[in-house]
Amino acid sequence: MMMRSRTENTAPTSTSTYHRTRNAFRIVSIAALALAASSLPSSPLTSRAVAAPPTTVGFIYVGPKTDYGYNQAHAEGAAALAKVPGVKIREEEMVPETVAVQKTMESMINLDGATLLFPTSFGYFDPHILKEAQKNPKVTFLHCGGLYVPGKHPENVGSYFGYIDEAQYVAGIVAGLTTKSNKLGFIAAKPIPQVLRNINSYTLGARSVNPKATTSVIFTGDWSMPVKEAEAANSLIDQGVDVLTSHVDSPKVLTELAERRGVFVTGYHANQSALAPKGYLTGAEWNWGKVYKDYFEWLQAGKSYPHLLRGGLKEGFVKMSPYGKAVSAATKKKADDAKAKFMAGTMVIYKGPIKDNTGKVVIPAGTEEKQTDVALEKMDYLVEGVVGKTH
Amino acid sequence: MGVGVSLEPSKVVPAPAARVAPIAEVNVGLGAAIRGAMGSFTVPAGAFVVALLLFGVFIAITGRNPLAVYYQMYRGSFGTAFSIQNTLVRAAPLMLTALATALPLRLGLVGLGGEGAMVLGGLGAAAAAVFMGGSVGGHSPMAVKCAMLVAGAAIGGVWIAFAGALRAFRGVNETICTLLLNYIAIALLNHIVEGPLRDPASLNKPSTLPIGDDNMIGNLPGMDVHWGLAWGVGACLLTWVLMNRTTFGFAARMVGGNVRAALLNGLPVGRLIVVATFIGGACAGLAGSIEVAAIHGTANASLVTGYGYTGVLVAFIARGNPLAVIPVSLLLGGIGASGGLLQRVFDLPDATVNVLQGILFLSILFSETFYGRSLKELGLFKRRPTPAAPPPALQKQPPAVEGAL
Repeated sequence: MMMRSRTENTAPTSTSTYHRTRNAFRIVSIAALALAASSLPSSPLTSRAVAAPPTTVGFIYVGPKTDYGYNQAHAEGAAALAKVPGVKIREEEMVPETVAVQKTMESMINLDGATLLFPTSFGYFDPHILKEAQKNPKVTFLHCGGLYVPGKHPENVGSYFGYIDEAQYVAGIVAGLTTKSNKLGFIAAKPIPQVLRNINSYTLGARSVNPKATTSVIFTGDWSMPVKEAEAANSLIDQGVDVLTSHVDSPKVLTELAERRGVFVTGYHANQSALAPKGYLTGAEWNWGKVYKDYFEWLQAGKSYPHLLRGGLKEGFVKMSPYGKAVSAATKKKADDAKAKFMAGTMVIYKGPIKDNTGKVVIPAGTEEKQTDVALEKMDYLVEGVVGKTH
Repeated sequence: MGVGVSLEPSKVVPAPAARVAPIAEVNVGLGAAIRGAMGSFTVPAGAFVVALLLFGVFIAITGRNPLAVYYQMYRGSFGTAFSIQNTLVRAAPLMLTALATALPLRLGLVGLGGEGAMVLGGLGAAAAAVFMGGSVGGHSPMAVKCAMLVAGAAIGGVWIAFAGALRAFRGVNETICTLLLNYIAIALLNHIVEGPLRDPASLNKPSTLPIGDDNMIGNLPGMDVHWGLAWGVGACLLTWVLMNRTTFGFAARMVGGNVRAALLNGLPVGRLIVVATFIGGACAGLAGSIEVAAIHGTANASLVTGYGYTGVLVAFIARGNPLAVIPVSLLLGGIGASGGLLQRVFDLPDATVNVLQGILFLSILFSETFYGRSLKELGLFKRRPTPAAPPPALQKQPPAVEGAL
């Protein structure tokens, strides 16, 4: 009896691939079993080569796999990993960040024989993953978004994340050139550094091509609040905003609302263009499939893997959605230029002088804060051009 | 003889009437006690079986094999040693949050405030630990743990007692009141955890300062389950004794049975309501402190898990009886524990478990009508027609007068 309202489940196209893969696995395994059974009486036992059993990889999501957002991005990555030969994946969704996730991890290890786990929600790290990692030293736990500290955290734990604010910067360029009212809107969950970084990158990108653009921010207070997100979207559109974006777990509701009200929207986490065929400009998406496949290869080869893994557009951890119909050719060129700079490694978003929206200088002239700079992980300001407060 | 009225009374043979036993005979004695106990067990057990069958129909409609699903549910909840631990861990908070609804239910109040009391109890426990300085404050771990549990229980109790007082002295509907107070409690938690009590080092997940590893509640000896389970069972037993073996409990149940009779007898109804809701809320607040002290080690938005609402379900299935809360919590804990396995083996969505809980809830509600009635009374078996014996009203009387006029 959960009192959280959930957006409707609509199956995206990616699960059919997963189903086909899973069914193919079943057919192949049954055929192999039949073959083995038919040949058993006649052959000596010693000369058969036994294929290694597939590695079971477990994925744990905090919300539904079909949320057109954070969890779907991970599920799509899992589906990509499932296509790799020798991999069997087990997924569990809607696991809250409490003792339930510890039990889910133990269940996957004990009952499913998983040797590699990807618990994907931020809140799973402390204390749940740390506790389970100590109890199961032979299993590898790779967490999305955590801050792994060598020496303090166990050896069989790693954390990975992507600099999706690079993709938001490019999306901001597209938004800044497409807007007619020069008002952009950002619906955010909580004013934590990861979210503020996205808001700031979006605004810096927009203002780099359109200095008159402003971003109005509304914080809903939590990661999944469909009603509040819809109200925020309506309120922003009533104020004249004509391009919306977001950092919430599932942008589904506000994307559909934007399409109904005829404004543009740039996506986040996953590709929501199916929900807004006319208004979807582009989006900042995760590309977890690459990260998962890399990890699996490293572990299969027995190589040591980086415990604190980060990457952006260049490393392929994040990607842009294909451009929508409403994006003009000139806008596409500007956005592609910026993307090329990211790929070449020459683009620095946080290059001084940068002032926050109260007028204070937060990055002085001549200072560059590259993506790996620790100062960016503690961000607590909103840059000039953002209408809103962090608290 | 001569003319005259015969003095012999006419022979009226009474028809064999159905023998109706007087009420006093049926409801006392060992037979009645056994029937009562059996009824308390057989009716909910029957409802559970019916719910499982309906769930099997639902599973068959989705195209899976119901028997395979039943087997995996058993395997995931009670099938292996690991599953049993899983079930116990999930049942522990439910036992406590269920009492926040079960106790007021005996007084005739329907309260849904377990979630809010639990959340604020957890916040109170974390605040108490912060106030005592965590692991560096110089207080012994036992003192810090006691302070956390007491603070959590007190805050939870006051929260629900507030709703109880509004009901007792101002007639505010306690269902709506406690339900809306839940949202206020969650908003308060978010506000305080992200504001005054925020740990500056908790960048991306705002939390209070950690209570320190020494101050965490450990596991029961030999098990993988924390002490919260023992306190849950203990709280259920104590509240059952309170409700069924003390004068306070008797008075409270009288308020639940007939408020006007209680008032006319001079019982302090308002005070009884406030005290009962305080005790129920204190149990839910204790659940919150145990969540903080045994699982998280800090208070943050992860405290809002829905245990309070599942506790409401447990309380209703247990019909407000604190002793029954224990097995029902284990049942719902088992259903929750097997949910993950259903997802992974059959690719069913997580909401499948909610479907089963809902069917179980409805089935229990519909079975209310069966309590205290025999199968014959319910007309479930056709009565075999007895050999013809016309009722007395229609029987012809033999003529009273014999003889010529």
